[in-house]
Amino acid sequence: MSMQAPTAPNIGTNPAALALAKRHRLRWWEPLPWLLAIGFYFAFPRYLGFGTEMLITILFAISLDLALGYAGIITLGHAAFFGAGAYTVGMLAKHGIWTEPITGLLLAAGVAGLIGLASGLVLLRTTGLTLLMLTICTMGLLEELANMGADYTGGFDGLDSLPIQPVFGLFEFDVLYSTTQYLYVLGVLLVCFVFVRTLVYSPFGHSLTGIRENTLRMHAVGAPVRRRLVVCYTISAALAGIAGALWAQANAYVNLSVLGIDRAATVLIVLVLGGYGRLYGAFVGAVVYMVLAHFLSRLYPSAWQLGLGLMLVAIALFARGGILGIGATLLRGRTEESGKGDVKGHGAP
Amino acid sequence: MTALLETRALSKNFGALRATRDVSFKLEQGARHALIGPNGAGKTTFINLLTGVLMPSAGTVLFKGADITQIAQAERVKLGIARTFQINRLFRGLSVLENIYMAIAERVGAAPNMLTPAGARRDVIDESMDLLTRLKLADIAHKTIPELPYGRQRLVELAITLGLKPEVLLLDEPAAGVPSAESHIILDAIDALPKSIGVLIIDHDMDLVFRFAETITVLVRGAVFAEGTPREIGANPDVRSVYLGQATHG
Repeated sequence: MSMQAPTAPNIGTNPAALALAKRHRLRWWEPLPWLLAIGFYFAFPRYLGFGTEMLITILFAISLDLALGYAGIITLGHAAFFGAGAYTVGMLAKHGIWTEPITGLLLAAGVAGLIGLASGLVLLRTTGLTLLMLTICTMGLLEELANMGADYTGGFDGLDSLPIQPVFGLFEFDVLYSTTQYLYVLGVLLVCFVFVRTLVYSPFGHSLTGIRENTLRMHAVGAPVRRRLVVCYTISAALAGIAGALWAQANAYVNLSVLGIDRAATVLIVLVLGGYGRLYGAFVGAVVYMVLAHFLSRLYPSAWQLGLGLMLVAIALFARGGILGIGATLLRGRTEESGKGDVKGHGAP
Repeated sequence: MTALLETRALSKNFGALRATRDVSFKLEQGARHALIGPNGAGKTTFINLLTGVLMPSAGTVLFKGADITQIAQAERVKLGIARTFQINRLFRGLSVLENIYMAIAERVGAAPNMLTPAGARRDVIDESMDLLTRLKLADIAHKTIPELPYGRQRLVELAITLGLKPEVLLLDEPAAGVPSAESHIILDAIDALPKSIGVLIIDHDMDLVFRFAETITVLVRGAVFAEGTPREIGANPDVRSVYLGQATHG
């Protein structure tokens, strides 16, 4: 720069510079969720079906977090991509076109990503409530498409008994004993998570946070805002597609519920519960939501959602950062400056 | 000589309202130019036309002689036209350093990178810290925006813009809302701007304008009303009557 800079002696030691330079490093607790997941495999062999569902929900919530938590794209239609992935795998398998699971995931990601790209190019010209409504509309259109195209999609009944090849040609999927499903889904989740984690700590991820925090300013620093949002939305859609594809493979069926507003709302609740824009909010939210749903529905089969609803109201009123946000606040209160920015991803609200 | 930034017969209509009328204006290299005018004179609209936030109804905008009228906002930033906002537009949840990083990463082309960590771009961090040090913000680089007093927030606003290394700097009321006890930090920062930058400042604060500007353009109801040195403008009885409100002869 033409202004003569008095070179500061403290650039290398400035706490902010150091924090930013080290932000992406692995923290001591980050292996914990994975150790717990492996522990679950050995401790609860009878609940692996439940565990698989939980892992899929985590992946789905992570995909939503990328769009909603990081880039601030308000959406209530993310099940559109979950369903697109599920139906891709389902239709290819049922009609005997493609039954290999891992390449199936890639195909599902491609289809969901393409739908994300195409709808994103149109939708992301809007913001706020308009955007929210349009995401619901997109999902509704796909759901109706799946309902009408009964010859291909099975219509209202869906497609069941999907033939899925063994993983690596060795490990059979078995709906009753979900050991293969569980480990397979866990592996895919790990790969996807590493990708998302890399992405959110990259300069691209930083710029998504910038768009969330102040879109107008991002325009003014010369960022191609809409292109960034579309790219983010496409990636998020592809990840949601993988989650949906896993769901179809693990359950060996697919039906209209994968495209429903219930599923879209649930994943949003999971993310808000855990804390959005925090990377690990999806994990905490999915576990808390599903465990609570499991026990509450046993205790009060008729009104179990009431308990979840009350909890969500409490979170929305008193803890905008979700459960992880509460944790971060407590941690900061105890360690003041040093603990700051430890848990929260890029200073989410 | 080609002006750094120029408009020719620039107009903008919002329905029947003619917010900008036939404005022909030149900003020279290294200029210290002020744009003043009563409320509703169309000053911010004019800035929005220069930066590409708004498209003009008629007329052209030229940058170093090249027509940029149809060029989008982000592209104009890349050319070297940057602005600050009248009301702070900051990344409130992020630290001061992360705010500056955002602008510099965008300028040096680091921002599209998805696969390496932001923290690995030490060049961007170092440049951000250099800039913050120069603006005496280095010791608060770790704080988030809401933790700062308003004057410092205005300074961060300026720092983000300077991180873009602009050739044309448009300052929209840089000292607005800053308590007088803090306003000197803004004024000092403006004084210390690189001489090569062409600066256009919009302000109501006459002390600031007369201290800073070498040329003043007066905008009234969207049109150029007068232009000249501060001395000429200060002595212009018409300007005094419509704008300075000190008319004694009418």
